[in-house]
Amino acid sequence: MTAELATPDPASAAPPVAARRSASSGGGLLRYLIVRFLLIIPTIFILVTLVFVLMRSTGDPITAAQGGKLTAVELAKRIHDAGYDRPILVQYFEYIGQVFTGNFGNTITDNRPVTEVLLTYGGATLELAFYALIVAFVVGIPLGMVAAYFRDKAPDAFLRIFAILCYATPVFFAGLLLKLVFSVWLHVLPVAGRASTGAELQMQVLPGKTGIYLIDAFQTGNPDVIGDVLSHAVLPGIALGLLTAGVFLRLVRTNLIGTLGTDYVDAARSRGVSEFRLVRKHAYRPALIPIITVIGLQIALLLGGAVLTETTFEWKGLGFQLAQYLASRDFVAVQGIVALLAVIVAVTNFIVDVIAALIDPRVRY
Amino acid sequence: MTRLSTPSRPRRSLASRIPLFDQVRSSIGLQRGMLVAGVVITLAFVLVAILAPVLAPFGFSQLRSSGETFGAQQPPSSSHLLGTTVGGYDVLSRVLWGAQTALLTIIVSVLLSIFVGIALGLISGYLGGWLDRVLVVVCDAVYAFPSLLLAIVMSIVISGGKSDLAGGILAASISITVVFIPQYFRVIRAETVRIKSEAYVESAKVIGTRAPRIIVRHVLRNATRSLPLLLTLNSSEALLTLAGLGFLGFGIEPSAAAEWGYDLNKALSDVTSGIWWTALFPGLAIVLAVLGITLVGESLNDLADPRLRGRRAAVDSGAPSADDDAVPHGAGASGDPLIDSNEEARP
Repeated sequence: MTAELATPDPASAAPPVAARRSASSGGGLLRYLIVRFLLIIPTIFILVTLVFVLMRSTGDPITAAQGGKLTAVELAKRIHDAGYDRPILVQYFEYIGQVFTGNFGNTITDNRPVTEVLLTYGGATLELAFYALIVAFVVGIPLGMVAAYFRDKAPDAFLRIFAILCYATPVFFAGLLLKLVFSVWLHVLPVAGRASTGAELQMQVLPGKTGIYLIDAFQTGNPDVIGDVLSHAVLPGIALGLLTAGVFLRLVRTNLIGTLGTDYVDAARSRGVSEFRLVRKHAYRPALIPIITVIGLQIALLLGGAVLTETTFEWKGLGFQLAQYLASRDFVAVQGIVALLAVIVAVTNFIVDVIAALIDPRVRY
Repeated sequence: MTRLSTPSRPRRSLASRIPLFDQVRSSIGLQRGMLVAGVVITLAFVLVAILAPVLAPFGFSQLRSSGETFGAQQPPSSSHLLGTTVGGYDVLSRVLWGAQTALLTIIVSVLLSIFVGIALGLISGYLGGWLDRVLVVVCDAVYAFPSLLLAIVMSIVISGGKSDLAGGILAASISITVVFIPQYFRVIRAETVRIKSEAYVESAKVIGTRAPRIIVRHVLRNATRSLPLLLTLNSSEALLTLAGLGFLGFGIEPSAAAEWGYDLNKALSDVTSGIWWTALFPGLAIVLAVLGITLVGESLNDLADPRLRGRRAAVDSGAPSADDDAVPHGAGASGDPLIDSNEEARP
């Protein structure tokens, strides 16, 4: 009111704005995708900045890595050569510039580009996360349906406690127990590693090797190699997968109980559809949508869990490598890997949000 | 059903002051079992943590008694009930002492994150503006990030990776705190934004109350509803993060304190040679402690969510008379005098 009286401009400017708004709401999905995509940039920027500030606040990485091993003069020279004695802001802008061109720096201990470390070991972590997700889906979703079906009865009680146990057991402890039982006592599965030496040698000479052993093993066409790779994957996959399986189980149960009480399920029930078929056919599809959104958060959990699982099973992936660099106090490598993982998390979250938006129109705003 | 619960009625005002009492009372069947089991396990964990010096047969860094060394990797025996570790420590003693480290870390980390998270959430939500936007974006970014990695980075910053008991607990706690602050921030901010537009806040503004007083008296008191739940869930997560840090070698030195994750890291190579006792017991300790706290948190969550509250609650209380059916269990526990007198008069 008062604005209209004071200046005539806003009033005359109002109609075009309103028109634009109604026009753009027609392309809701596209607009959502663009907004969501643009949100990745500040997220990555903040995380990279955070990691940089935190890591650099401890001092320069060369002193941290080589502190006791070099003389003070040599140390100063190397710090100067690497440019760590310049003002921190200069270093920061240089670092941000490098990150945006895909350069995450070189490791101190073995002087490799961090991106190369990622390419070499990222496949293994991806593979582990893939196995874990399979276990999570295969275990979590059917058991969640069973729990909802037998709500408040003995199977439900048992499964809920199982889900909490999945959460309460650290992945490395689950890994240790599995290893102890299946590898050491029963001798049915390998203790550690991604493949036995013989299989690894066969896969090394492949012309188109991907670093993802599952694909490489199929490329060799040798059933022994495939079996070897798969048998190595079982225990790490279960150890990491059970963590997420517990989350899925609880989520499916809760959502299924929610959808089982809706009107359309009641309608189906009144038509005489059996309770089993209600769970199996009518109620579970809408209950699966929240799982897709939750997978986004699970990626972060899986990556954190992968660091621990890989250390437990000497699974030579990014997490195992990260633990090695941590132990040798190579903080450039740590900073690089963590920043890279931040990018991966941001991008996967974007992809998951896009899938959720495609499936469920309510997500788009 | 009603007859059984009648004698406890007059004492309710006193008893309901005990934390969780109302929740136990309003729960039924499996839910009650889970809640009670959780409370019992958690209490046992706290007791062990407090009484560790009395319960543990040896010190956590003790290598010899009466002039004789324990020996490394000794299987469980009468002198070492759970055996000894690769470093020659008594497993039972380290498991018991570990509870103390875990409890201290939980307390410090949860307190720190509550204070910082609540303060940021209140200020951000109440004042709004650019500060609010910046904080929301930063917290969302941190929230999406793998918490363990963030904790690793923080522990490098704080302690350079290794430290003594006080420093180690503080480092681990602060590392965990950074992960938790966004969670408290989100919850409190959302509540603050909601409460800000309530009539009582606006009338406080009208009579000229200053912002700090409104924030503390009117907003804070009403924004903390969901905190107990978040608190229990975070306690268990703090424990797991501490163990994860320890497992990656960022734990506390064995001479400074006992830490379950660190012991599991040392047990990693034992397992391959079939030595089970060094890994099993610290691991079980973690599982039990996390299980207890999570059971409490989960039950609180379910009881707060009407969709998940036990279905038989309505049937049980509805059986004696029809009008009792209109009184949900949750409302009865709120201590409404009207409902009380109604039920008192019925039998």
